Amino acid sequence: MDFFLQQLTNGLAVGSIYALIALGYTMVYGVLKLINFAHGDLFAIGAYLGLTLLTAFGLTRFLGPLGVVIVLALMVMGLVAVVGAVLERVAYRPLRQAHRLSAVVSAMGASIFFQNALMLIYGARYKVYPHDILPKNVVSLLGVEVPLVRLLVLLTSVLMMVALYLFIQKTRIGTAIRAAAIDQRAAKLMGINVDRVIMIVFLIGPALGGAAGLMVGLYYGQINFTMGWMYGLKAFTAAILGGIGNIPGAMVGGLLLGVIEAMGAAYLSIAWKDAITFIVLIAILIVRPTGLLGERVAEKV
Amino acid sequence: MLQVENIHVSYGRVEALHGVSLDVRQGEIVTILGANGAGKSTTLNAICGIFKTTEGAIRFEKEDIHTLAAHAIVARGVAQVPEGRRVFGTLTVRENLNLGAYTCNDKARVADNRQRVYTLFPRLAERVDQLAGTLSGGEQQMLAIGRALMGNPKILLLDEPSLGLAPLLVKAIFETIREINRSGLTVVLVEQNARAALKLAHRGYVMEVGRIVLEDTADRLLADPEVQKAYLGGAR
Repeated sequence: MDFFLQQLTNGLAVGSIYALIALGYTMVYGVLKLINFAHGDLFAIGAYLGLTLLTAFGLTRFLGPLGVVIVLALMVMGLVAVVGAVLERVAYRPLRQAHRLSAVVSAMGASIFFQNALMLIYGARYKVYPHDILPKNVVSLLGVEVPLVRLLVLLTSVLMMVALYLFIQKTRIGTAIRAAAIDQRAAKLMGINVDRVIMIVFLIGPALGGAAGLMVGLYYGQINFTMGWMYGLKAFTAAILGGIGNIPGAMVGGLLLGVIEAMGAAYLSIAWKDAITFIVLIAILIVRPTGLLGERVAEKV
Repeated sequence: MLQVENIHVSYGRVEALHGVSLDVRQGEIVTILGANGAGKSTTLNAICGIFKTTEGAIRFEKEDIHTLAAHAIVARGVAQVPEGRRVFGTLTVRENLNLGAYTCNDKARVADNRQRVYTLFPRLAERVDQLAGTLSGGEQQMLAIGRALMGNPKILLLDEPSLGLAPLLVKAIFETIREINRSGLTVVLVEQNARAALKLAHRGYVMEVGRIVLEDTADRLLADPEVQKAYLGGAR
């Protein structure tokens, strides 16, 4: 039971990170029907920017651990959001009217560009986050000792997801984003500036991805310039699992994938950890290509 | 109020409109008739800025609008009820109506418009929390019209509002259009159902392969032997 709960909390924490990244994939797919293959690299940029900002400003001298993390998160999210918006403007908008495959190739190109830029700036070796920022406390949960950091990761991700969900469901702009995802032309006829909606999506998605990158840095302590690839693929799998284009789907898919992966690693073999993810991807594509929450209502013509 | 002057619109290399001119005056119902592919919908979408003109000009209340983006044209008071209704199926009726008022920041005005739409279509009031995709075809058409009215437009462009509806519903929809027009809204109506459209409209245009070929008052078009032969199923 102890072992199981450890794996469960670990899976949920990792899964909540997948979910944050998956939201970026699914929102962009929702409005543009494009898989933003550079999204994983935006996540990696978030991890590196977090490291730079942390060491550059010596934040730990002025603020307590909680303050450091909050200030850091806001800065990283803001900066990665800007990178995302520039990416949309430079790599995707000029191809809006072109064949869909052109934009996919452009996304791949952007991914290679970001990865190599990170390598040139930071070097190819692993980078290590200072390990004295976060408290090492453990908390007792149902009689099991769980690292506090793990719970904080889970809590922060869930809070961000709830905030996003409320934003999308309750606000005027959120409704406009959903409308543009359903029918761009009809959205334009409502007076919605669809270009601006797409820009907003490319601010929010990367901001969440950047936050996820920072969390991975803080949680695992080491980062690498290729990390965006594997996390990106896993988050992409999570988005497909939940139903691509569906925002609650990405959240559920991410958490579920994290738990499946943790359980597989614990009870089968740790060597199979990544393979399990892709078995899930293949299985869902065969059995239910629309994902768990995909396509709720058939439209009447 | 609305002047379309010699506009040309192309899909890729194929030109769909070869110089279309229209004139719509305040308070009128103007209908555009024509066979499939004549360019009626293209004309409406050019007015709304969905398709860009390659030549010619569109003026609304003396302002050039063909250079504006679609959302900016809507903000000036041009609303379209698109062909096939295009309601947002996975959003609720309420959300669809709210989106219709997207350009309107005045909350009291929006509430007024909502009340007006509910009076016009009581069915929508009963189904505010239902997903639009689960409505019947007729209800979806009501929603599409109601949604367009939410933004307080000065001119309403309707593209085939009778498409796929039962005759009784068509009659009701046309009656509603007359009512909306009487309340002061200018209407442009594109229709396959030429007889009903001409009975409702003040004036009409007939389009053939991307051009206007005929323009007259609705009464005279109804009586025109050529129009009768081509669009009204022969003389009666």
